[in-house]
Amino acid sequence: MFPDPFVLAVFETLFPEGITRYAVGGLFVGLGTAVIYAATAIAPGASSFLESTLTYVSDRARFQQYRASRDWRIVFTIGIVLGAAVYAVIWQGAVWTTDVQWWRLLAGGILVGVGTRIGKGCTSGHGVCGVGSRSKTSIIGVVAFLSVAIATAQVVLALGVSP
Amino acid sequence: MAGLTTDGGRHPLFMPVILVGGLLFGFGLAASQMARPEVVLDFLQLVDLGLLFVMFGAAAVSGLAFAVLPQLRERAPLTGDTYERRLKSFDRNVLIGGAIFGVGWGISGVCPGSGYASLGIGNWPILLAIAGMFIGAYLQGVWRELTN
Repeated sequence: MFPDPFVLAVFETLFPEGITRYAVGGLFVGLGTAVIYAATAIAPGASSFLESTLTYVSDRARFQQYRASRDWRIVFTIGIVLGAAVYAVIWQGAVWTTDVQWWRLLAGGILVGVGTRIGKGCTSGHGVCGVGSRSKTSIIGVVAFLSVAIATAQVVLALGVSP
Repeated sequence: MAGLTTDGGRHPLFMPVILVGGLLFGFGLAASQMARPEVVLDFLQLVDLGLLFVMFGAAAVSGLAFAVLPQLRERAPLTGDTYERRLKSFDRNVLIGGAIFGVGWGISGVCPGSGYASLGIGNWPILLAIAGMFIGAYLQGVWRELTN
């Protein structure tokens, strides 16, 4: 008999909010990547924007490899902000702000900036484009950052820091 | 990756397509609620595993594009570049950087794409995280020059 009550209970434990919004969101993220790839052969990642934009204010050698892509990476990032704003205006209504403490945003942000650039990619570069390309490097990268992130979040939770 | 055509310029549709791709991408991040750090933290604290469907759903769709497009045609219409998979060389930096990124992600619930999208849903405190990402990206640039 389906749905089996036990399977249903496990599903509700693992996915208390269901999976629809997550799957629909993921399809749109993938579609955005696919549209750019189909038209340009570019596999866009979100974290290269950090270094490409730094070329406007810094002459450091490391950042210059991203100089040629800095204009479209800004357009891509503006698109991400506006696309999220479209969702918010239609379905969210009011402005939403996080309860995560300022020091976690700042310290976490710095580590994300260092780590994604040393590690050759982030959740979109490795996670979406790299895994989509069946790249061994990206799959190893995803396993590395995902497992460390889960462990870190568990420590944060155990220390009684909320949310 | 610069997206230039063979004569060194940009196709007139290049930037519009990048913008449309970004719009879809950001809309998806907001619709999945991944733009909210709290939802990401719920995932990392194993309260709600739904975020797996965002990353792997997106990877499945982009993976289809990465697999099918090279079969259909050799070069992309707007850049003339050949379709290639996103392959990066493996070295220990992938693990070191991944671990540092993981600590930051686990502390804050913010990654680059979801951080930009978070700004779009009105979450202005996320500017601190984005500022942090720029500081971090700058610091690794300095660090690389010192170690090379």
